[in-house]
Amino acid sequence: MPPAIDKTTDPATALARIADNSSVMVGGFGSPGTPFTLLAALLRRAPQGLTLIKNDANEQGIGVSTLMEAGCARRFVVSHMGLNSVVIEMMNQGELEVEMHPQGLLAEKIRAAGAGLAGILTDIGLETILRDQRQTMEFQGKTCIVEPSLRADAALVHAARADRWGNLVFEKTARNFNPLMATAADLVIVEALEIVDIGELDPDHIHLPGAFVDHVVPADASLPDYGVLKHHVAQA
Amino acid sequence: MSPKHKIARRAARELQNGQVVNLGIGLPTLLLNHTPEELEIFVHSENGVLGMGPRCPLNQAHPALIDSGGDYIAVRSGAAFFDSALSFALVRGGRLDVAVLGALEVAENGDLANWIIPGKFAPGIGGGMELAQKARRVIVTTTHTTRSGAPKLLRSCTLPVTAKACVHRIITELAVLDPTPQGLLLRELAQGIEAQEVLEKTEARIILPQADPPRF
Repeated sequence: MPPAIDKTTDPATALARIADNSSVMVGGFGSPGTPFTLLAALLRRAPQGLTLIKNDANEQGIGVSTLMEAGCARRFVVSHMGLNSVVIEMMNQGELEVEMHPQGLLAEKIRAAGAGLAGILTDIGLETILRDQRQTMEFQGKTCIVEPSLRADAALVHAARADRWGNLVFEKTARNFNPLMATAADLVIVEALEIVDIGELDPDHIHLPGAFVDHVVPADASLPDYGVLKHHVAQA
Repeated sequence: MSPKHKIARRAARELQNGQVVNLGIGLPTLLLNHTPEELEIFVHSENGVLGMGPRCPLNQAHPALIDSGGDYIAVRSGAAFFDSALSFALVRGGRLDVAVLGALEVAENGDLANWIIPGKFAPGIGGGMELAQKARRVIVTTTHTTRSGAPKLLRSCTLPVTAKACVHRIITELAVLDPTPQGLLLRELAQGIEAQEVLEKTEARIILPQADPPRF
């Protein structure tokens, strides 16, 4: 008899509900934690008009950048894209609408949405040009920037290990935005390098419980994107 | 020794045992090459690690272990990994003792500009605003002038600021200077540098000490 709960499926099935003009959160800070298997499968579907949300733009030809280079995205919500001159050029040419946030506030906007909160109050950026584009309010005698929380139609998440219910374990700096985004989207799709049965993960070591996860797909570990990027290795 | 390593070597002397420190991308990461082995500091990287070590060679690089600039790193014993919200709780919550940051411009009152040149350079904000605004002590490491020789230490910033009056100390290849409301207080001079050269290469007002400043 098959197990009663089994969220494991293939990437194409899991991604079928992502329609044109959807908003899609993508985990990862640089390469670690970027769901390369899911992004490759999404690129094959070639959706149009996406709003993509990621800490960074990966690098040219890698990860989330491939969707933007293929013209699948209309908007990009991001903190920093200093390693991707192609996407910067798309922004400068007006081919891509870019919304930038301080890194920790981007994380906190997502966390707030995941926690069912409408927004956050902060003093970050209050004395910068960010203030010109943002709502402010007086609160307890101080001026605050009001940052709305940030939710998406879908989140693409990378984990090191998952069980068939979607309990997740992340590895090293591949955690980053992944557990936050997994709380803040209507459809949460996880790729995992290793998928195990329920009970095999130590409850004390689970970083995100499976209640937040809709689908679990195996990551294709043979993709070179999961390896070490040689140009980021220290020269001897 | 190159000017950048000279700056990094002097800046490394600012760090004290037990401190939680963030080193910005570029020059600030060179500090790790100049800290003494016995100094026990915990280096934070925005992408979710406290206790990072130096960059590592290919045979030690782990694909899931980088710093915020994308380079593969080692971790020191006692290191911890965490998500991006916690990473910035540490910063905004006041637990970061020192941030060592680069600069495009610094004003004499400590205003810092290092994230955007409108129309030319706008890669994003990253963690810079939170680091500059919330670290308990902000040290700027920078060459004294731009590549074309223009001053970077100014009366007031011409570029959009990252945070206002946030810089506590500026370390260049020529001098160590502390921002004050009245101008930059000259604290130290590099070996072989006279105060006159610093005055000539600085637009900000400089307050000279009574006695000959120490050399580094």
